[in-house]
Amino acid sequence: MNLKTPSRELILAEIRRNLPEARVDYPRIPIFATPPRPLLELFEENLKKAGAVAYATSNAADAAAKIVALHPHATVVCSAVPEIAGTRRMDDVHEPHALADVDVGILRAQFGVAENGAIWVTEEELGVTALGFLSQHLVVLLDPAAIVADMHEAYRRAQLQRTAYGCFMAGPSATADIEATLVHGAQGARSLDVFYLPRA
Amino acid sequence: MSTSTPVDPAARAEVFIREDDVHEPMHDRFLWATMQRRDAEAAAIPEWEELRAIASRIKEHALTHLDEYLIEFEANATRRGAIVHWARDGAEHNEIVYGILHDRGVSEVIKSKSMLQEECGMLPYLQHRDIQVTESDLGERIQQLDGQPPSHIVFPAVHKTRKDVAALFARTIGTDPSMDDPRVLTEAMRNNARPRFLAAGAGMTGANFAIAETGTFVVCTNEGNADIGASVPPLHIASIGVEKVLPKAEDLGVFLRLLARSAEGAPLTQYSSHFSGPRRGGELHIVLVDNGRSRRLGMPEFWHSLKCIRCGACMNTCPVYRRGGGLAYGATYSGPIGVILDPTFDELKYSELPFHSTLCASCSAVCPVKIDISDQILKYRRVLADKGYLSLTKRASFAVAGHVLAHPLEFRTMEKAAKTALDVTPEFLLYNRTLNPWGRERDLPQAARQTFRDWYLANRMNHESEDTES
Repeated sequence: MNLKTPSRELILAEIRRNLPEARVDYPRIPIFATPPRPLLELFEENLKKAGAVAYATSNAADAAAKIVALHPHATVVCSAVPEIAGTRRMDDVHEPHALADVDVGILRAQFGVAENGAIWVTEEELGVTALGFLSQHLVVLLDPAAIVADMHEAYRRAQLQRTAYGCFMAGPSATADIEATLVHGAQGARSLDVFYLPRA
Repeated sequence: MSTSTPVDPAARAEVFIREDDVHEPMHDRFLWATMQRRDAEAAAIPEWEELRAIASRIKEHALTHLDEYLIEFEANATRRGAIVHWARDGAEHNEIVYGILHDRGVSEVIKSKSMLQEECGMLPYLQHRDIQVTESDLGERIQQLDGQPPSHIVFPAVHKTRKDVAALFARTIGTDPSMDDPRVLTEAMRNNARPRFLAAGAGMTGANFAIAETGTFVVCTNEGNADIGASVPPLHIASIGVEKVLPKAEDLGVFLRLLARSAEGAPLTQYSSHFSGPRRGGELHIVLVDNGRSRRLGMPEFWHSLKCIRCGACMNTCPVYRRGGGLAYGATYSGPIGVILDPTFDELKYSELPFHSTLCASCSAVCPVKIDISDQILKYRRVLADKGYLSLTKRASFAVAGHVLAHPLEFRTMEKAAKTALDVTPEFLLYNRTLNPWGRERDLPQAARQTFRDWYLANRMNHESEDTES
């Protein structure tokens, strides 16, 4: 739906009337050199700075056991990945409010970004996007081979035209709004753990 | 023509500085620490300066083709299923938002931080019409509960101590006033906000960037509050200034590398969310807002301020902002960027702001999109003077200075007289609180025994003559 109101025409006309005379050309964005270090090592270093923790996992059963060890008191473990069952499958969740009681949300990221420790998650992995934000804690499965160097490469890979929602998550929810003191778990997830596990 | 009275930033800064020995030094220290983290992040990226130049160029390109990119953004966002509205000013923006909410019977809204919605005065407008609006960013919520505007565009409550927040929360949400641990206070607000997120009929956000090529807009937060607002209620309304549009998705690679590093000295905000059409089962409205931006585009000396990505680095580095606080500006936008944005909304009201600056140019040096902020501040002094907005005190002293500086003999007489004056003038006259607010916290300078000209005539002239003769 496109609301072609008079305001639209008036704003565009006013912009055209006021456009600076000298039109500036679009610049070329070069390919920048990437740091001479293993990307996974750099990713993990930045992930830690952002307040997240990475774990090596040998298989899905190992990952499931780690979740129990990390969150022994969790009652609702909601899984959006086929490898781990949890106590609730995302396939059975169709509405965001049904996620209000989730202790641990499990999802898969498409790839990680070495320069800032972020992971790329889309609506396709989340099912219902609120899983990423109403869950008290998040466990994110990531193929350790799927790490890009920087944000330039990240956007070449992200494919914005293919998803209605995509998010670079760099660690758990954080705030420093009171006396510049860093606190995790402001509104979203209190913790974010990355489990290295290739897709089955 | 405005009928408002000018904000007096020096007097308002004095209130902050004189409050006690705690607030102003803390404010200064936190923001300077943020600046140092920014410097470390910038230094760690070899192509940092190149990124700044490219970002500046992309913004200039987008702004000089703004009509085309807005149409492209609208077409692609619409194709993805968003409903795009256009608002000429704050009033029209608020009417559109209210219309959407009213049509769907929404009475509770949860919103994330949006300087544009702040600029439009959206909260009082909606609350006056019985719509309960809750700020979900912690700092912004603190300011809302205290009835104050944000004092910083990234850290809205940075001027408050933990004791201030503890007292405020005790008064407003019933916490224990003696508990002032930021972790406990943050947890208290998390628990207070959660039922509001779940009950809200709509989530509102702003946007950091809009992408013409894909119809996407990007929202960057650390708390994840914008994402809860966008993912839980059935309706998402985003307010986007028309200047936010960028041509391509690959541009974000440049801007996201710059934004959080400049804003907070971190490589990325915790959440950088990309909305391209509504989520499954959701409804998405985008309100594109002009509110003076198209007019600013036609100001040859000032249109570059439209490149601003609202990172706040200019505030963190500014010696005047760090000492005087953000509320001193009495405006939506504070700090150096506020000084050049606010007069475009009300020239008389903000006519004193360009003088709330030392012109040290540190802001221009750190701006990630290379806005010539300090040059624009200087130009605004001239523009506002030409329009007759200067206070009587400034007009009188500048008139004397202008005359004297234009007449060498009088300057020399004045120079010597000033030395005598500095020696004999009692402090209460020169540092009169009404006549010269800038002198309030400063000591009188020691006058040189000899003027530069006398020294030059006595020394350099002789040497130069010797040089020429030899």
